[in-house]
Amino acid sequence: MKKRLSGETVFQAVDVIIMCIFIILILVPVFTVVMTSFISEAEIARRGSFIIIPEKFDFTAYEMLIASGKNILRAYKNTLFRVLTGTFLSLAVTIGLGYGLSRPQLKGRTVITGFVFFTMLFSGGMIPTFIVVKGLGLMDSRWSMVLPCMVNTWNLLIMRNFFYAIPNSLEEAAVIDGANDVQILIKVVLPLSKASIATIGLFYAVSHWNSWFDAMLYINKTALLPMQNILRNIITSVSSIGDLGADAYNSLDVLPPSQSVRAATIVVTTLPILVVYPFIQKYFVKGVMVGSVKG
Amino acid sequence: MGVVLKEKKKRSFLYYLKRDRFIYLLMLPGLIYYIVFRYLPMFGIVIAFKDYKPFFGVEGIFTSDWVGLKHFTKFFGSMYCFRLIRNTLLLSLYTLVFSFPLSIVLALFINELKRKWFKKTVQTVSYLPHFLSAVIVCGMIRTLTSVDGGLINVVVKAFGGDPIPFLGQPEWFRTIYTVSEVWQTIGWESIVFIAAMTGIDRALYEAAMVDGAGILRRMWSITLPGIMPVVTIMLILKVGNILNMGYEKVLLLYSPQTYSTADIISTYVYREGVLNQNYSFASAVNLFISIISLILVMGTNHITKKMGQEGIW
Repeated sequence: MKKRLSGETVFQAVDVIIMCIFIILILVPVFTVVMTSFISEAEIARRGSFIIIPEKFDFTAYEMLIASGKNILRAYKNTLFRVLTGTFLSLAVTIGLGYGLSRPQLKGRTVITGFVFFTMLFSGGMIPTFIVVKGLGLMDSRWSMVLPCMVNTWNLLIMRNFFYAIPNSLEEAAVIDGANDVQILIKVVLPLSKASIATIGLFYAVSHWNSWFDAMLYINKTALLPMQNILRNIITSVSSIGDLGADAYNSLDVLPPSQSVRAATIVVTTLPILVVYPFIQKYFVKGVMVGSVKG
Repeated sequence: MGVVLKEKKKRSFLYYLKRDRFIYLLMLPGLIYYIVFRYLPMFGIVIAFKDYKPFFGVEGIFTSDWVGLKHFTKFFGSMYCFRLIRNTLLLSLYTLVFSFPLSIVLALFINELKRKWFKKTVQTVSYLPHFLSAVIVCGMIRTLTSVDGGLINVVVKAFGGDPIPFLGQPEWFRTIYTVSEVWQTIGWESIVFIAAMTGIDRALYEAAMVDGAGILRRMWSITLPGIMPVVTIMLILKVGNILNMGYEKVLLLYSPQTYSTADIISTYVYREGVLNQNYSFASAVNLFISIISLILVMGTNHITKKMGQEGIW
């Protein structure tokens, strides 16, 4: 007996097809950039520059990045510094403040919450902040990438909400056992908040990995610039190769097309995110949920 | 607890300070941060009413001469004023008009997927662009729109057209910006809607199926009304934040050739302030926008509260 195609089945099929197209649309730009990084000068000479998928995968652009080793490696180190130090400091300070704001008995809690919250509505803006950072002598210092963005108010409020959600009975039990506030934090609250702390830590880490504007404002020495800024310079400059240094030029007989160098730099900067992304994305979604419940 | 009840009499603040000294100590670094990096710059805004010179340092914020509204009148009188506000509003609005409805449509489609693994895959892929930095996204845009071999120009050529230098032409800027913004945000913004959809009572769907409602009918009459409160709040919040658009991508994509459509308030503040060192003037422009923006955000939040929804505070 032949079943008639029901509306449901047709819709499912259409839905799956549309979603496949959607996935392709999201991934095509990424795919194209990866392909561009493998195009060689020889192939452009032969086929013209309008190539989507190269016939032969050419690694000259990557060799060039490796040859410029010092510069790229140094930029990676700077990025790692800001990701590790920045995330650690931000987390520590956010936990301290967030924990305090979640204590119901704390005097001045409402005032401090308002004090913190107001910064989400109104800020001094780029120039006064710039003057303060300069006045503190942080120009051309690694700390200018870590201190001015140390606490993200949104993350702080999410952290506080996480702490709120811990059942009071657990803390009361600790109080009866004679624990003081610090002991409660270390023995009760922190162990129960591991997942939440990981979530906020990831928020901070990704934002540090991706930041570039603060480094552009506060840092003039190329030696201190993180990966994103090197990438920016390579992408926006006409001669894409300038920032890679002379070593990169001299080591190769045939230079790769500048398009490929740009693309290869993008790939090298994106790869770490793409590798860890599938594992961490669920934490982010969780964070968004908590954040949207109520700030 | 009995002990607490006995402490009815008013204690001085000092008593509480002593009682909770550990907590206050834990909060101290954070509070210092807020004072130094958030509130000190807020007081620094006074330079918008002064003639501040770069070599004055932080003290100059207080010691430089007052000039009243000089910088504001200069800005309102300049040709930039209208252009900057128009560009900011248009880029924001286009993004809102396209990415907001599309993220709801995407949520509807994802929500109806039957196979769990496929649903997960679509969601994971859709969030991906959200995690790429502005620099990377703009690098991709440059590669894709490049005149020598960018994918979009390959397509243009395949249809017999001449390659277009998209990023060098003011009339293309808004399109490029909006498309890339939709690409980057639609998956991430659908999260909230998908969550709202999972919260809808399944019994409603079963009842509708008994009554013979088809899938489109159920989407229209159950799913959409079910997420309406969330949609309304999100929309109002977005409208409130319409002037607070991110400037990183604009800064990475624009060029003097495209200023006429691409230059927005924040990028102008950056150029005037940081590059040309007109600190006072740039601060004045920034302050003007911050105040309008503050009024917008407070106003929209007031509206959400009036509607019986919880505002953001």
